[in-house]
Amino acid sequence: MKSLAKLKEMKGIALTRMSKFNQAGGYRIYVGMATCGKAAGARPIMDALNVQIENIGIEKAEAVKTGCIGVCRLEPVIEVVNPDGTRDTYVNMTVDKALEVLKEHVVKGNPIKKYMMDPQEASTFFGKQLRIAMKNCGIINPENIQEYIAMDGYKALGKVLTEMTPQEVIDQIKASRLRGRGGAGFPTGLKWQFAKNSVDDQKYVCCNADEGDPGAFMDRSVLEGDPHALIEAMAIAGYAIGSDQGFVYIRAEYPIAVNRLKIAIEQAKELGLIGKNIFGTGFNFDLEVRLGAGAFVCGEETALMTSIEGNRGEPRPRPPFPAVKGLWQKPTILNNVETYANIPQILLKGAAWFGAVGNEKSAGTKVFAVGGKIENTGLVEIEMGTTLREVIYDIGGGIPNGKAFKAAQTGGPSGGCIPASLIDTPLDYDSLLNIGSMMGSGGLIVMDEDNCMVDIARFFLEFTVEESCGKCPPCRIGTKRMYEILEKITSGEGELSDIDKLEDLAKGIQASALCGLGQTAPNPILSTLRYFRDEYISHVVDKKCTAHVCKAMIDFDINADLCKACTLCMKACPVGAISGKVKEIHVIDNSKCIKCGACISRCKFGAITKIDKVVTKGAN
Amino acid sequence: MSTCSCNNCSGCDTNAAKLQEVIQKYKDTRGALIPILHEAQGIYGYLPLSVQKTISESTGIPLSEIYGVVTFYSEFSLEPKGKYVVSVCLGTACYVKGAGDILDKFKELLGIDVGECTEDGRFSIAACRCIGACGLAPVLTVNEDVYGRAVVEDVPGILKKYAKK
Repeated sequence: MKSLAKLKEMKGIALTRMSKFNQAGGYRIYVGMATCGKAAGARPIMDALNVQIENIGIEKAEAVKTGCIGVCRLEPVIEVVNPDGTRDTYVNMTVDKALEVLKEHVVKGNPIKKYMMDPQEASTFFGKQLRIAMKNCGIINPENIQEYIAMDGYKALGKVLTEMTPQEVIDQIKASRLRGRGGAGFPTGLKWQFAKNSVDDQKYVCCNADEGDPGAFMDRSVLEGDPHALIEAMAIAGYAIGSDQGFVYIRAEYPIAVNRLKIAIEQAKELGLIGKNIFGTGFNFDLEVRLGAGAFVCGEETALMTSIEGNRGEPRPRPPFPAVKGLWQKPTILNNVETYANIPQILLKGAAWFGAVGNEKSAGTKVFAVGGKIENTGLVEIEMGTTLREVIYDIGGGIPNGKAFKAAQTGGPSGGCIPASLIDTPLDYDSLLNIGSMMGSGGLIVMDEDNCMVDIARFFLEFTVEESCGKCPPCRIGTKRMYEILEKITSGEGELSDIDKLEDLAKGIQASALCGLGQTAPNPILSTLRYFRDEYISHVVDKKCTAHVCKAMIDFDINADLCKACTLCMKACPVGAISGKVKEIHVIDNSKCIKCGACISRCKFGAITKIDKVVTKGAN
Repeated sequence: MSTCSCNNCSGCDTNAAKLQEVIQKYKDTRGALIPILHEAQGIYGYLPLSVQKTISESTGIPLSEIYGVVTFYSEFSLEPKGKYVVSVCLGTACYVKGAGDILDKFKELLGIDVGECTEDGRFSIAACRCIGACGLAPVLTVNEDVYGRAVVEDVPGILKKYAKK
């Protein structure tokens, strides 16, 4: 890109093209083609629309792929942009419905209300959201750089290179109070300052797109919906700290994101927006993609860098910190995708604009991936300081099936739970730390009365044990020992002293592990012990699992009053544990039952439930 | 390599040639080992010692180091994978919605455990880390096909789909 004037000209052309199309009575149909959309069946819809549009004439309509708007459970989603610029959101689409929308809405001008997202639902879900990091997701075609440019893309980079010094850029970021969105919440401006202050012949800008937290998919959506925001931000970071080389470390489990990012980098290179002599200012910046290979620990900064170097992803002790000695021992900054996604807008709209969003402790917004036992699963971007209650009940639509909310887990395997009693906790960095949880990368898993908190702790430890790199004994051996104790407790063999042992181990590992993975591995345990100690005690003293999850402590029971003796459950049982025949009430033999739950899902009369294990004394 | 009795020697030669191309492509790249391993696994389907040896000979990286990297990352496999890899996501959102039961059903119907391949080489099972489609939990994939909102009852039907292909 030779100059800012050229960029402005491109924006003008792109905008004109997009609006001219609409002004001529044309309709753009955006088809959600991120991972959730594709998983739900968007590809056949896109293909069918393209074929049909060719039949009716290109001038009238065009189908465009886009990223995720966040309503994953309603995918496939298509949005029709009308000639007057308004957008109608169609949900739960099928090929037939999409073609109907094309015929009725686009060709005849009659929108089909019954296929659209319920306006009440839309206002509930989107009403409390504020899209900054996800500004362009679902709005533009991520594989067309012109659409990014039309939305002021690369204008921030141009401004920074032609009107600001590197220190001025860093001062803006500091003033915005932006903190890292990867989980730790370290002030971004400060990190960049340390790297800028380091003196060396080569520096690096890295992006952590490993997103290993189970339940988190915020970064995936930015990468699939708006990859250019990341590219622009990294180039800006390079200018600020004095680096000409960037790396995006992206997990291999995200093939669509990898592909879109590579396409975006190619397009940016073609237009000279990265590469040599950007905007004619003499600033060079190149960007490479590096794939992860399925190791959660590589989301840790030093492990990530050592992985790029071609090694096993084992963390390194700090100091020295990456800003002083990082990738190949050179000064390096590593920021999360979502952190970068905020950068261009902060520089265009100013630090004060960003600082005004959120609260005194945490500025800006946070994207949460809301999942688990909640009606509206999906991605939400909310102002920092929004309470958990608002997320669960206002935006999230509450708990399905009339169940009671029990806890929400944030921070993945490094985080903690927020019990129902603390549902009015504001979601910001410090408030969450104070209650024994953490912001984490943004995964928010909602649990109800049917989840066992001891089992959840065991589940997270199972993950951590598997993912431990093995380098330091506290994590390698310690997490395993904690897991074994939890296994013991959930299989009904625990003793009261095991709880003390668990707590002791947990605190010791927190204090001595080499990296964040080990240091935070005990969090789910300490957090569930803090708020659900009674459940642990019930498991070890009464040998009862109050949520009826832990298989060793439950029996399956057929209620004779509800059983219609239809034999469906008998047929479903893989181990022949149910006896009876047509018109003869069925009975489960719990000594054979493997607690798989197939019978419960088959029974149409709700006759089968889980109960506390029946302990027969003196029986052989 | 001389112990192979499959008689598809031209296949081996093609793969060997492709592998050399990949190694050449990355000869000036720093930290090239992991990109090379990704592409090598794309060519061979897995990373047997013979392939690791070739990479070692061509790059100068000690075999022990390469083996150390291959065994560290779960993406790399020393064993051949099935024609259809069933991957059940065991991330948190899927787990709380019953993904464990779905995985058990696959194990039961295929008669194999996670990481194993059926005798006819048709199916193998992997328990994958979160793939990030949590809004559609529980999620499972069979190669590139993604199945969202899965339930235990879906399992026989899914397997049947690929049994004949």
